[in-house]
Amino acid sequence: MSGFASEIVEQSGEHVVLVAAAVAIAFAIGAPTSIALTRRARTRRWILGVVNVIQTIPSLALFGVLLPIPLIGGIGKRTAIIVLALYALLPIMRNMVVGILGIDAGVRDSALAMGMTRQQVLWRVEIPLALPTILAGLRIAIVSTIGTATVAAAIGGGGLGTFIFRGIATADMTTVLAGAVPAALMAIVADEVLEWAERHYSV
Amino acid sequence: MAFVDFDHVSYCIDGRNILRDIELQLDRNETLVLLGRSGSGKTTLLRMVNALVKPTSGDVRFDGKSVATSDEIALRRRIGYVIQDGGLFPHITVARNVGLVPELEGWPRDKINARVSELLDAVGLTPETYASRYPKQLSGGEKQRVGIARALAADPPLLLLDEPFAALDPVTRYEMQQHFLKLRQEFGKAALFVTHDLREAMLIGSRIALLHEGRIEFVGTPDEFRHASSPHAREFLRTLDLETAA
Repeated sequence: MSGFASEIVEQSGEHVVLVAAAVAIAFAIGAPTSIALTRRARTRRWILGVVNVIQTIPSLALFGVLLPIPLIGGIGKRTAIIVLALYALLPIMRNMVVGILGIDAGVRDSALAMGMTRQQVLWRVEIPLALPTILAGLRIAIVSTIGTATVAAAIGGGGLGTFIFRGIATADMTTVLAGAVPAALMAIVADEVLEWAERHYSV
Repeated sequence: MAFVDFDHVSYCIDGRNILRDIELQLDRNETLVLLGRSGSGKTTLLRMVNALVKPTSGDVRFDGKSVATSDEIALRRRIGYVIQDGGLFPHITVARNVGLVPELEGWPRDKINARVSELLDAVGLTPETYASRYPKQLSGGEKQRVGIARALAADPPLLLLDEPFAALDPVTRYEMQQHFLKLRQEFGKAALFVTHDLREAMLIGSRIALLHEGRIEFVGTPDEFRHASSPHAREFLRTLDLETAA
C-alpha cells in the first residue's frame, strides 16, 4: 500500500508538471498575441475563431492526430504538453481580449490624452484593470487542464491519468480512484486559490 | 498669433462629413465654448487639438506648431483634458490620479505630493480626506473636481473640457461652473469647453462658437450670441426663454 501511496505522490508531481508546462506555454503564446489582437479587430475574429475550433476537437482525437507528426508528435510528455497548451489557449486568450477591450473608453481615452505611450497605457491602465478577468481566464485554463491532463496518459504522458487508464484496463475501481481523487482535489485547490487571487485584484 | 488655430479643418468617416472646413481661433487666456447639439462635431473638433482625432484635411496648430507634425506624447502632456465622467483611473488613488502626468514627466516624489495637495485644495477637496480615496468612493461632483485637478497637474497652458459637468445634478453643476470660473481666474489658462447647454456656455465662455452639422454657424461673445440671427442660434436661445418663463 505504501508503494501505491508513493506512486500517487510521484504521478501527482508529474501531473503538476504537465499542467504547469502546458499553461505556461499557452500563457507565453496567448498573452502577447491577445494584446496584439486587441488592436486589430479583423485579425482578432479570425484568430479567436481558430482557437475556438481547436477547443471543440475531442482531446483524445487531438492526441491521436498529433501522434504521427514529427517533432511535435510522438509518444510521451512533449506531445501531451503541446495538446494541453492548445486547449488552454482559448480561456487565456478570450479573457485577456475581453478584459482589455472591456475597459471603459473614457478611461483609455484619458490615458492617451494625458500623454501616456502605448506601453504605458498597456502596463499602467489596461493590464491592471483587466487583471481580474485575465486571472479568471487563467483559472479556467488551469482547472480544465488538470482534468484534461488525465487523458495524457493515453499517449504515455504520465500523470494521474496513468492510474485511471490502468484501473479501467484491469477493471479495478480502487486504481481508477487513485488517479481521479487526487486530480479532483488538485482542481478544487487550484480553483479556490485562483478565485481568491481574482477577488484580491479586482477594483 | 492664435494659440489654437483650426485652419480649414474637415473630417469625414465612413463617407459622412463630421466637420466641414472649420476656421476657428482660440487666443491665449481665452475660454472658447464649442456649443452644439449631439452629433454637431464639437467633440471631434476638441479631440483634434490633442491628436486623439486627425483631420481628414486642413491643419490644426497649437502654439504655432502643426499638431500633425508634433510629437503626440509631448503635445498631450502640455494639454489638460477633462471628460464627462472624469475618466479617472479606478485602480489608483485620487492622489495618484492627480499626480499622474507629473509622475510620467519624472518629477521627484515630494514635488509631486506637494503639487497634488495644492491642486486638491484648489478644487475644494481636503487633501487629508481625499488623497487616499479611490474614485469609486467619490460622488459625481468630487470625481469631476479630481478630473480638473488632474488636468491642471503639470500646469498645462491649455485645457480641453468635453461636457465636464453634463452628468452632474443642477445644483452641483452650478457650483462646479462657479468654481471653474474662479479657477480660471486663479490659473489663467486658455480653455476649449464643449457643451450643449447655452446657459453654461454664456456663463463660462469669453466667446461661443456654435456648431451645427459640422459647420460653424456663429462665433462671438455671449452678448453677441443673444442677438445672433442664425436660426440654429435662435433655437438655443429659445431654451433660455423656456427656463425664464418657467
